[in-house]
Amino acid sequence: MKLKIEAIATLTPGIRKFTLAPVDGSPLPHAGAGSHVVLEIPGPSRIWKNAYSITSAADAPAYEIMVRRVEKSRGGSAWLHDHAKLGDVLEVYPPQNLFAPQRLAKRHLLLSAGIGITPFLSYVRLAGLAYEFHHCCKPEDEAAFRALLPSGPQMTLHTSRHTLNLEALLKSQPLGTHLSVCGPESFMDMVLATAAHAGWPAAKVHKESFGGATGGEPFVAHMKRSGVTVTVGREESLLDAMEAAGLAPPCLCRGGACGECKLTVLEGVPDHHDHYLSEIEHAANDAVMTCVSRAKTPELVLDF
Amino acid sequence: MKLSLKPQETYRDDYTFSNSDEAILRFPFPFPEDGYMYSVNMEPHVRGGATPVYDKVFDVDEHYIGDMADRAITLDQDPLRCQVLPHMETAEWDTLELLMESLANDYPEHFSLTKNGDKWHWINRPLEIDQTFTFGRKETLPYDPFEYITRQMQGDFSLQDQRDNNLYMDGGMVTSQADWSLNFDVGMSFHEWHGPVPLAHQAGVFDRALQYLLRLQYGKPVRRLNWTMTANPRLDTSPENYPLWGPEKAAITPENVGHRMCLRVELQTLHRLPRSNAILFSIRGYLIRLEELVKVKKWAVRMHRVIRDLHPQIAEYKGLPRYRQYVVDYFAPFDDGRTLNSGIAAEQDSI
Repeated sequence: MKLKIEAIATLTPGIRKFTLAPVDGSPLPHAGAGSHVVLEIPGPSRIWKNAYSITSAADAPAYEIMVRRVEKSRGGSAWLHDHAKLGDVLEVYPPQNLFAPQRLAKRHLLLSAGIGITPFLSYVRLAGLAYEFHHCCKPEDEAAFRALLPSGPQMTLHTSRHTLNLEALLKSQPLGTHLSVCGPESFMDMVLATAAHAGWPAAKVHKESFGGATGGEPFVAHMKRSGVTVTVGREESLLDAMEAAGLAPPCLCRGGACGECKLTVLEGVPDHHDHYLSEIEHAANDAVMTCVSRAKTPELVLDF
Repeated sequence: MKLSLKPQETYRDDYTFSNSDEAILRFPFPFPEDGYMYSVNMEPHVRGGATPVYDKVFDVDEHYIGDMADRAITLDQDPLRCQVLPHMETAEWDTLELLMESLANDYPEHFSLTKNGDKWHWINRPLEIDQTFTFGRKETLPYDPFEYITRQMQGDFSLQDQRDNNLYMDGGMVTSQADWSLNFDVGMSFHEWHGPVPLAHQAGVFDRALQYLLRLQYGKPVRRLNWTMTANPRLDTSPENYPLWGPEKAAITPENVGHRMCLRVELQTLHRLPRSNAILFSIRGYLIRLEELVKVKKWAVRMHRVIRDLHPQIAEYKGLPRYRQYVVDYFAPFDDGRTLNSGIAAEQDSI
């Protein structure tokens, strides 16, 4: 869908907030707590696809996202910081949710650092959510983050990771608490390792992930019987590329589950992403599910 | 094509239910090939396709008024047919919105929805309902939101919560089921509620289906067809009421099998809900008497082959053994040995 940049706010020197509204004023798909959107960002040599958590309410007429400028970035975040202006229209994919709050949790422990605050801004808006929230940021960003966060005894802002005694915090939580963490990889790794050490079961620990990406490095697939060669781009599936070339390969679920699109691999090594083939079949590398799987070698030769 | 609704039919006692010629031709016949085996037969639920019942997000047909009257009777006798666990309240509102928007969009002559912020106005003309309410405030509706809207939509529904890399059946409206009980299954995980199904577990069908559904995306619903057979066009073939319909199964004879026996097909669609991240599972059932089904030549021939060659464990699970031979014998005269095209299309325009 086409959304236009309706407002831009600078929250900190490194973080900007964007408001994205429908070009034609039509209602947006709802974005439940924990949802993200993927933006297509025009670059000089290619289009960047970046995922951002939605910080506005599920029924809001526009999406709000926060973008941190990635240091030394030449990609999407640099464009959004340096070039994006009011009225620019971007292609935005409908929201998906891979970090929804656990509805059965009696209590939530939310831990974030820096830009990792974003998914939890939608969590704390949920009515009746019982939570304890710790956010870590640089001292110079304290005022900006404090303005975004709720106030009260359940909320603590740390301007140094050292004021957060993770081990004590994780060891003192009541049973039934779910831990959710979002932030830089190093922060999440530290929290997850501390939680594991403190005996937290994996099912009670949740880490932000945008995941679900079907893309990857481009590769070439030769169809031996039909004599057609396709180049599979970074953001399309092998199945998409075959269909775009006018072929009609078998397919059904388009999600790696049904087995319908299986093709025999004659040469090359597939990169398996499906749930249909067994581990042994994956290891044999003689079949590929075209809807989700890709290639580890620059080329595949398929029996089609 | 404009949808016209029949006056109220009955699905119990005198069983006045019947299909018009139009309803027969649009029946979702479930067998694309001459044989049947379990598979992950799911595909994107996009408009159009092999059968006209794929044309709308939620299909409404000529039996709407009778279906809703039968649901009301069943709920009156057994309120536990509709249950939603407390943590699914957001999913209830998601369901209400999805169903109201879909019905108003697909059948504007019958349903309309007007939103003014959270003040909503819903009109259901066939059931003569005119309701204003506040979205998110359940005290402004005569029932809880999930029960309210599923009393107005054909087919059964269940609500799946997603957690621990699994799906849990944490709510539902189930009054037209093929011998399963929401009251028994509520709260179960995906593999638990599918426990009784034979063969498919060993084939890994449920492992793969679960992985597929965990990744179900908002705005990209999926569908499959499932089937069984029912003696008499009865919607409520529940375990709770087996004493009512068990004897009807036993009363099937070679003489009455064509009139009484029904093929029962479920169009199952799954929808990711936006606010709750739950999954709405719609089980939209269609019934057709065998004597109606044979009016489509291709289906009569294929039914003979599928039922004749059905794996004994699947026949057992679907409750067919008692009358399976009568069904095979009923269809046998239609099967002249011809080769049939793949696919479920009727391949005829009239009856």
